[in-house]
Order: sequence, then structure tokens, then C-alpha cells
Amino acid sequence: MRIRAQVAMVMNLDKCIGCHTCSVTCKQTWTNREGTEYVWFNNVETKPGIGYPKHYEDQERWKGGWKLDGKGRLVLRSGGRVKRLSRIFANPDLPTIDDYYEPATFDKDILVNAPAGLTDTPVKKPYSALTGEPMKIEWGANWEDSLGGNTFAEDPNIARMPAEAAAKVKFEFEKTFMFHLPRICEHCLNPACVSACPSGAMYKREEDGIVLVDQDRCRGWRMCVSACPYKKVYVNHATGKAEKCTLCFPRIEAGQPTICSETCVGRLRYLGILWYDEDAVLAAASVPESELLDAQRAVFLDPFDESVQRAARDAGHPDEWIEAAQASPVWKLISEYRIALPLHPEYRTLPMVWYVPPLSPVLDAVGAAGRDDSDADDVFHTIQDLRIPVEYLASLFTAGDAEAAGGVLMKLAAMRSYMRARTLDGTVAQELLDGIGMTGAQVEAMYRLLAIAKYDERYVIPAAHAKDAAALEAQAAAQPDCSLDCEGGPGMGGEAAVERFHLVDAEEVRPGRPGLFSRRGDGRRGLTINPMRGRS
Amino acid sequence: MSTLLWIALPYACLAVFVAGHVWRWRHDQFGWTTHTSQLLESRLLRLGSPLFHLGAFGVIGGHAMGLLIPATLTEAIGISEHTYHVVSVTGGTITGVMLVAGLALLIARRFVSGRIRRVTTTMDKVLYAALTAMVVLGMSGTVVINLFGEGYDYRETIAVWFRGVFWFQPDPALMTGAPLVFQLHALGGFLFLALWPFTRLVHVWSAPLAYLWRPYVVYRGRRGPAPAAQPTPAAVREAGLHPASTRR
Ligand code: HEM
Ligand code: SF4
Ligand code: SF4
Repeated sequence: MRIRAQVAMVMNLDKCIGCHTCSVTCKQTWTNREGTEYVWFNNVETKPGIGYPKHYEDQERWKGGWKLDGKGRLVLRSGGRVKRLSRIFANPDLPTIDDYYEPATFDKDILVNAPAGLTDTPVKKPYSALTGEPMKIEWGANWEDSLGGNTFAEDPNIARMPAEAAAKVKFEFEKTFMFHLPRICEHCLNPACVSACPSGAMYKREEDGIVLVDQDRCRGWRMCVSACPYKKVYVNHATGKAEKCTLCFPRIEAGQPTICSETCVGRLRYLGILWYDEDAVLAAASVPESELLDAQRAVFLDPFDESVQRAARDAGHPDEWIEAAQASPVWKLISEYRIALPLHPEYRTLPMVWYVPPLSPVLDAVGAAGRDDSDADDVFHTIQDLRIPVEYLASLFTAGDAEAAGGVLMKLAAMRSYMRARTLDGTVAQELLDGIGMTGAQVEAMYRLLAIAKYDERYVIPAAHAKDAAALEAQAAAQPDCSLDCEGGPGMGGEAAVERFHLVDAEEVRPGRPGLFSRRGDGRRGLTINPMRGRS
Repeated sequence: MSTLLWIALPYACLAVFVAGHVWRWRHDQFGWTTHTSQLLESRLLRLGSPLFHLGAFGVIGGHAMGLLIPATLTEAIGISEHTYHVVSVTGGTITGVMLVAGLALLIARRFVSGRIRRVTTTMDKVLYAALTAMVVLGMSGTVVINLFGEGYDYRETIAVWFRGVFWFQPDPALMTGAPLVFQLHALGGFLFLALWPFTRLVHVWSAPLAYLWRPYVVYRGRRGPAPAAQPTPAAVREAGLHPASTRR
């Protein structure tokens, strides 16, 4: 067993109001630069819908993620290593900018500089951020917001259904069913992007499982972009390199939640760590489709199990991390309450952002059918009758297992009814608890976590420095002569630690000294006689 | 004059080639990329790029064969002058046509697509001009002189001089008698090498062959010390409520 820690996220979809605050704050932080105008490390799409980029879930077309070959071995859907290298000169599976959208900017000066006393209000016009030409805005990262695009019949999850069911789906959806799906990089345990990167520039961090692109080593082969089934690696067209969601690693290292979580208006995001066994990942990714959900759940190790704790300690993980894993809201939602589900487990990348599926569309349907949406029995029946929304959720979250998706919805419905009885007249609805196999204390704790958990309960992120300290202790024990002032030791670490929070070391920035070794505006090292780009 | 052209200039260019690469490798890892533009335009690139690259590999291989393998060696292993000629002309024609077609498509793409035009740098223009000049000189030498003209046996002159450059005893006399197009092509070749490290062509040295052997998932540790842990809002609130506890 090789035990590793993973910082993982759960989003409770019932609470997402589709405000896009997460997307905007993320963009402000990471991608408001030339070359990344079209890039949203965090995007929020309306489901059903075709998403961003268009039809990204259609793996027949984009060949993202993994599949089992004829002999049951796990292979990248886009083919083996030789095949990938043979297609390196032009990648047949790469989406183009039109599959995302053409980014626009506006001539806002026209508003600012308008003379007084105009009879007509001046109007700003959109210009393409790529060509500078006037353009018509015809698509965007959230064009279908709240079913605005009328594109849901094209949703790959629906397109897969038989025609008759699809027609019914359309009808059902128009009446009742819609929800928002915020998406970031999944920081997968079996990342297809890393596996497809020819230069080895992409890597999964040993400490916390965050998947990153080494900007100095990326050579622009753009294989990661097509290999990621969630389309969460992007080409920066100004630098010619790949970029992706960083899970705000400088914040995570400091024990803070990501920007999208920090600013989430619905307070629906949870961050915490999970223990997993690296040696079990490949096997879990290779099971038949019907077993995928359980196999992926089984990769996580119980933080309360003493043998797991011992293994973690032996592997050099500090006590602080072991405690954080026990307090992890993500562990509770995924493994204890079992109400969080992975997005498209059938892509076999073992995604690490899981979702509590939305119950509200189902409750709406209960109301629409003239039943009582606070009566658990009515809700249970509706969940069973309303095959369509449940099957749709199943195609998103359980590789098509409607039973599993329905089971989670039942738990959520039971929790609502149980808590209602509990607060209204203090009764304990034992039959509800029996139905979902949970104790009253568990249901109440689950309710608290979903409904009212405070910041410190939603984000349990042990700071990375604890790990450094543990590693140094181990090092000091091995070399008793070495004082704390040894290379990299805390004796010399004080200032450096503060500096590392910035992307650039303070002494490496030399303002006012343009020269061959100076840094670009974004803090990166670059040539000043610029072989890269002529335009400003 | 001939010493300058056929001895000094090649060495100067090679020096720039080597020093340029070392310098760029050390100071511009961030700029070391193919600078892919497939995101912005895929249709023409899907056709042009493979044609160009495969053609270029063929042409580079052909040059290596023609320049580095002495005529005496091919004869010694029993390849007749005629066979050699047939192989080199067919191989050269196929790869040459691919290269020219691919290059034409790639250049056309830079004009036709507004998105691509906008991201084309000065260095790209210089590179494409140099590539075109080299291809035109090389093709015209082959077509005009060797296919339709009286023929010229570069393997006895240019190739010998070229190998001489690497043995540190180039003989300028071998070049002074060569036809002008061949002279220009040879000099252009060295100038092209001098340009190489400052263009996107550096991606050639990063050809990702190691990918064939490495494990799929790459794990790597974090570099450098971690930032100090930041207080949570609750801790800040606490500190605000009980300032005495923090004053110590
Ligand atoms: C060693 C193996 C090579 C590999 C794997 C390779 C791969 C690539 C890739 C992936 C691109 C980017 C295409 C795109 O997405 O826009 C590219 C562009 C380019 N390569 Fe190569 N290349 C190789 C060798 C060469 C050689 C030998 C030459 C010429 C001497 C060359 C000249 C170019 C040029 C000029 C471009 C720019 C195309 C454009 O965007 O207009 N490459 N190469
Ligand atoms: S979701 Fe993230 S980690 Fe997973 S394959 Fe895509 S980019 Fe890689
Ligand atoms: S900020 Fe929160 S509530 Fe708003 S769209 Fe993002 S995830 Fe949903």
C-alpha cells in the first residue's frame, strides 16, 4: 500500500443558484490575461445543456478519458503512446476556439467620451478579442444559462437515450427540471491529461494530489487538452502552453479554501482531504462500468481505521493531517453518508470533485404532480415514478445506475422529512431512518453539514507547512548533527516561506532593469528580445 | 573573401547555433514551445502541418544522406551511381513536394485566417521567409541544374567541404567552383542554423520520445518551503473578541 493524501471537493448542487460568482472571482484571479480570454477554470453550466466547451461530454467525438480495450485493459480513448505521437503534428481531437466561444471586448470609451446632450444613447459594440474586428456575439461560456439556449436536446447525456425517452425528457425538462453544474478541474487520481502529456510537464503533486502544468516544461504539444474528458486543460494562445485550474494551490498550502469556494454565494462547496491507496487506483479505474461507482468509493481509506493512521504516520504524514482527514467534510459526504457522487465516473479518471445531486427538481415535480413535497412517502414514490430526472442524474453521476442515484435522492428526502418532524414536534421518524440505514445522530450531523455548517466545518485544509516540519524532523532524526539551520531547514526558512506565497521570489524581480533576464509583466521569466510575440 | 565565406561564416553560424541554444535553454524555458496555434485554426493545419513535418524529416534525412555519407562509401558497399541517383531523386521529389505543399499551406494559413494573422510574430515572418528562401534555392538548384541542366556532382565538392567543416579542415577551393544557386543554398543553410535557436524551431530538440517509456501518471513533489498557515476567519474573529490573548 502506498498511502497518499488528496485535497478533494464536494459541491451540494441543491444550493447552487447559478450566480457565477465563483467563475468571475476565479477568472479575476487566474485568467484575466491575454491568451486566456476564453478560459474559465471554473465555469457554471445549466443542465440539461451542451456545456462548455460545446458537447464536451461527447467522448465519441473528443476521445477524452480512458476506456477498456477488447481485452479489458485500461487505455486512453485517444489511443496508445505511439498513435498519440504519430498525430502530434496536428491533433485530430483538439477543440478549436469556436467550440468554446469567440471572446469579445467592448469599445467602452464610446460611453466614457460621449459628449453631453446627445439625443441617442451611445451604444458600445463588441469586438473580437482575437482579431480586433467587430463581431456578433453568438455563444459564450454560459450561453444556455437557465435553459436559455434551448439546446438541451443536444445534451450528450440525452442524445444517448432512445428517441422516445428523449422526447419525454424534453417535455419533462420544459416543465420542471433544470439545475446548475459548477465545474472545475477534477484533480483526478488517474488523470488522463497527465497521462497524455508527451513532455511530462504535467504532474500530480505528491503532497496533496493537485494536478498542475509545469509552465517551464510544457512544450505546447496540446495532447492534454483533448485527453481530458472534462475539457479542463486549456491552450493559452498567447504563450502556446497549456494551463489549467490550480486548485488555488498557494491558498491550499496556507490552509485556505480555493477562491471559488471562498466566494461561493450558496456556500455549497466543501474542501477536505482524503487518504487513498495509490496502488489501488489502476484496478479501480479498470472495473466494468456497473462497478465503477463502488470501486471509486473503495479507493478511499478510512481515516478512523488505526492501520490507516499508522500507515499515514509511517509515510511521514504529520498528526495534523491525520486529524484533518478525520474532520474532512468531503470524507463524510462521500464515504460516511454516501450522498456525494463523482461526475461521470465512466471516464475512469477517478475525479476528485464530487457532487451531492440536486433534489429540488424532483421536489418541484412532486409539487407539480399535486403531491405533498414534504411527505417522504410521496417524494419516494415520485422519485420512483419520475424515471427521467433520476435517469438523467444517473447518466451524469453514476455511470447510468439509476438505483444508486435514486438512493441518494431518497436519503436527501428522508433527511428533510426527518428534520421537519424533529423540529416541529420533536418526534423521531424511526421508519425513515430504517429506510435509509442511517442513525438519527448521523442524519442530524448530515443536515448540519449540508444546511448550516460554518466556514471551519466546510473547509478543513491542513496547511502544507506541517508536512515540511514533519519531513524536517525526520531528516533531523536521521542526521543528528544537522541543526535547524541546515539547508532548507526552518532556521533559514522564515522569510522564504513568506515569499513563496508569491509566484516570484522577491529578489528575482528587478524592477527598472529591463534586460535579457528580467521578468515579464506576469512575473514570468522571459526574453526581452522577444522571439515570441510582436504585438503588445 | 573565399576564406571568409567558406570558413569563417560557417563557424560563426555554428557558434551562434550552439551558444544561442545554450542561452535560450537557460534563460527562456517558458518560451521553449511549438507555440501551437491549432486552437485558432485547425482545418488548414490538419493538412499542412503533417505534410510539412513529414516532408521536412524526409528532406533533412536526404541532406544527411547526401552530405554526410561519402560517395566512396556508397560505392564500396556496392550501391551504383545509378541506383543512388534513382533513390535520391524519387525520395527527394516525394518529400520535397510534401514539404513545399505543407509549407505553402502553413504560410497561406497565416494570411487567410485573421486570427492567425494577428498572432503571427516578426520572428514567425522571418522564419517563414528563411524557410521559403532555402526551399526555393534548393529546389531550383536541383531542378534547373541536375534535372534539366548539365548536372553537377555535389557529392564530390559541396559534401566534401561540408564534412570538412566538422573535421576542422574545410577547403574553400571546393566551393568556389560550385554553381551560384548551390553556393547560396549552402551559405543560406548555415545562416538558417544561426537563426534556429531564436525561433520556435527549438521545439525540434524537445521531440518527446521519452514519452514512449515513462509511466503514464507523473508524480512530483512541491518545490521550496510552504507558505505560513493563514488564520481562519474564526481565529481572526476570536482574536478580535479577545485581543488580550493575542497581545502577548
Ligand atoms: C522533432 C519532431 C517534431 C515535432 C514533434 C514537431 C511538432 C510540432 C508541433 C506540435 C507544432 C505545432 C502545430 C500547431 O499546433 O500549431 C509544430 C509547429 C511547427 N514546426 Fe514542428 N515538430 C518537429 C520537427 C520540426 C522540424 C524538423 C521543423 C523544420 C525544420 C519544424 C518546423 C515547424 C514549424 C515551422 C512550425 C510552425 C507551424 C505553424 O504554426 O505555422 N518542426 N511542430
Ligand atoms: S479533470 Fe483535471 S486532472 Fe482530470 S483529466 Fe481533466 S485536467 Fe486532468
Ligand atoms: S458561486 Fe456558488 S452559488 Fe454561485 S454559481 Fe458558483 S457554485 Fe453556484
